[in-house]
Amino acid sequence: MSVQPTMPKSWRVDTKPHKFCPGCGHGLVLKALGQAIDELDIQDRVVFGCDIGCSLLAWDFFNVDTVQTHHGRTNPVMTGIKRANPDLICIGYMGDGGGYAIGSQHLVNAATRNERITAILVNNAQYGMTGGQMAPTTLPGMKTETTPYGRDVDSTGYPCQGPEMVAAITREGAYVARASVARPVPLKNYIKRAIENQMSGNGFSFVECLSTCPTNWRTNNVETINFVEKEMTKYYNVGEIKVPDPKEPLGIKTSIKVPTGGIG
Amino acid sequence: MSEKPIQGERRAFLTGNEVVAWAAVASEAEIMFGYPITPQNEIMHYWTRMAPKFNKRFLQTEDEISAGFTTNGGVLAGLKAFTATSGPGNTLMQEPISMAEMMRLPIVTIVQQRGGPSSATVIYSQQEVNLTTHGGNGEGLRIVYSTATHQELFDYTIKAFNTAWKYRFPTFVLGDGYQAKMREPLTIYDPEVRGIEMVPAYKFVGKPGKPGVDRPPTQLRNIFNMEEELFEELGEQFADFEKISPQIAECEQFGCENAEIVVTAHGIVARAAKSAVKDLRERGLKVGYFRPITLRPLPVKELRDTFSRAQKVLVAESANGQFDQLLKYAAYGITTEMVPLFKPGVGINSEDIYDKVMTMLAS
Repeated sequence: MSVQPTMPKSWRVDTKPHKFCPGCGHGLVLKALGQAIDELDIQDRVVFGCDIGCSLLAWDFFNVDTVQTHHGRTNPVMTGIKRANPDLICIGYMGDGGGYAIGSQHLVNAATRNERITAILVNNAQYGMTGGQMAPTTLPGMKTETTPYGRDVDSTGYPCQGPEMVAAITREGAYVARASVARPVPLKNYIKRAIENQMSGNGFSFVECLSTCPTNWRTNNVETINFVEKEMTKYYNVGEIKVPDPKEPLGIKTSIKVPTGGIG
Repeated sequence: MSEKPIQGERRAFLTGNEVVAWAAVASEAEIMFGYPITPQNEIMHYWTRMAPKFNKRFLQTEDEISAGFTTNGGVLAGLKAFTATSGPGNTLMQEPISMAEMMRLPIVTIVQQRGGPSSATVIYSQQEVNLTTHGGNGEGLRIVYSTATHQELFDYTIKAFNTAWKYRFPTFVLGDGYQAKMREPLTIYDPEVRGIEMVPAYKFVGKPGKPGVDRPPTQLRNIFNMEEELFEELGEQFADFEKISPQIAECEQFGCENAEIVVTAHGIVARAAKSAVKDLRERGLKVGYFRPITLRPLPVKELRDTFSRAQKVLVAESANGQFDQLLKYAAYGITTEMVPLFKPGVGINSEDIYDKVMTMLAS
C-alpha cells in the first residue's frame, strides 16, 4: 500500500480526483489555497468564486460555499457578497483571460476601489478550456491556435503585466504578488498573506500564479517545468510586488473639507 | 434599528425615480448597485441621500455588467439587493440576469425605458419589452411588472421584492422615461399598515456552521457537463414557472364583456387607452379596455377570453410591435383581427387612440 500525500482538510474528498488535465497547474494552486484555508482555520467563513474557463472546474473543489460565475465576472460577484456581508472572506479564482481580457474592467475597478476581496489569477499563457488560443499573457513568438506562426507583438501586443498594473493602481493596504506553481512554498505563503490581508481589512489582495498547461502547450514533463521556470520568468517576475506598509496609515486620505460638488 | 422610513401613510408629490427609491426603502431593500444611465439616475440619487439615515448601502460600479453581478452577490449573501438601468444598460444587464435565472437568484431590477436601438434617445419608449421579458441566452424565466402610474411604481416595486424572494425568479419593474421624470401625486406607505407582509431575505452563502462538517457546502453552478443535466434542470424551472404563473399574472380590464373593439396597451400607454375608452363609452360606443400588468408571465386566460369575444383588438404601444408579438403568441388560434397603433419611441395620447377607434368603427 502506497502512502498518499494528505489532502488539505478543506478539500471536498468526494469530488477527488479532480477534473483538471494531467500536469495542469490548477491542482497545485488549489492545493496551496486549501492549505492556506486550513492554516487560517477559515473554512466556515470563506466564499469561493470561480470564473469560466478551466477555473470553472473548481466549483465543487472545496468544502466551502462556492459560486460559479460568468467569464470575467467573478470579481464583481465577490465584491457584491463582501459588500453585503463583510464578515465573509471572499476569494475569487480566475484565469488570465477572465482577469486580464474579458473581465479587465472589473479587475481594474475592484483594485482602484481597494475592494476587500482576494483575487487569485492563474496565468498559463493561453486560453485552456477553449482549446489553446492566444491570451493577454501569451509570450512573444509563442504558438497558439490563434497565433499559429507565433505571437506577433507588433499586431497583438506584449504579455500583460497584471500584478504590476494592480500594484500601480491600488492605494496603500493592497497586497500584490506573483507566484509560480514551480515553487509551491512561496505560492502558498503569498496566497495565505493575500487572504490575511483581506481579513485585516487592509485592501485589495491579488496573487497571479504562473501555471502550466501541457495539454495546449503540447509539452512533456521536463518541457512543461522548463517553460514555467525559464520561459515565462523572462517576462514575469516572481515575488511580492506590493505589501501593506504597517507604518503608513490605511484608508483614503481626503482633505478636511470634503468637496460636495454642489450637493449638500 | 433605524426608524421606519415611512410612518403610516402619507400623500406625496414625487418624480417616478424618487418613488422607486422610496419604495425600495419601504421594501426593506438594503443595498443598491448601480451605474449611471439616463433616465433612471435619480433612483440612485435619492437612494444615496436616504442611505445614511436608514442604514442602507450603495456601490456605484464600473458598468451595468458589474452592477448586475454585484447585485447577484448581494442577494447570495442574503440581502435584499437591487439595481436600476435603461436602454444600452439593460442590454449589458442581461448577462448578470441570465446568471440569476440559472441560479434562481431573487434580484430586483428597475428598468426605465428609453429609445432604441443603440443609445437612441434618453427620453422615452416601450422598446425594452423584448429585452426585459426574454433577454439573455435563456428562456425568459423572469417576472415583469409594467407600471402605468406613480402609485403603481410604488406598489409594484414593493411587490417585486416580495415576488422575487417568494418565488426566486429575477423580477423587473418596467417603467419608462416619462414615468421616471414626471412628477405626480401618490400615497406612499409603510407596507405593514396596508397589511403587506414583507418576505424575509435569506442567505445562500455564509450560513452558520462549517461546510462539510455541520452542513453541506452551498455550491452553485451555471455550467453542466451534459445536455441531459441541463435539460433536467431547465425542466424543473419551467414546471415551477408554469405553476406559479397564475398566481403572479395580473391584468386590469373594463367594458370588455360586450365590446366590439377592445383597446389593449401596457404601461403608461394604458393610461391613454383607459382615458380614450372611457370617453368612447360615454358616447355609447361598445369599446373595452384590457391591460396586462404582468408582461411575463402574461395573464393568458383573461387575455384569450377577452380577445375571443371582441370583433377587433387595437394594440397601442410605443414600440414597433414588441408588445403585439407577446399578445399574438398568447392569443394563438383566436381569429379576432388585431389592429396596430405603433409609435416606436414616441408617446401615445388618448386622442390618438380615440381617433383610431373611431376610424375602425367607421370602416
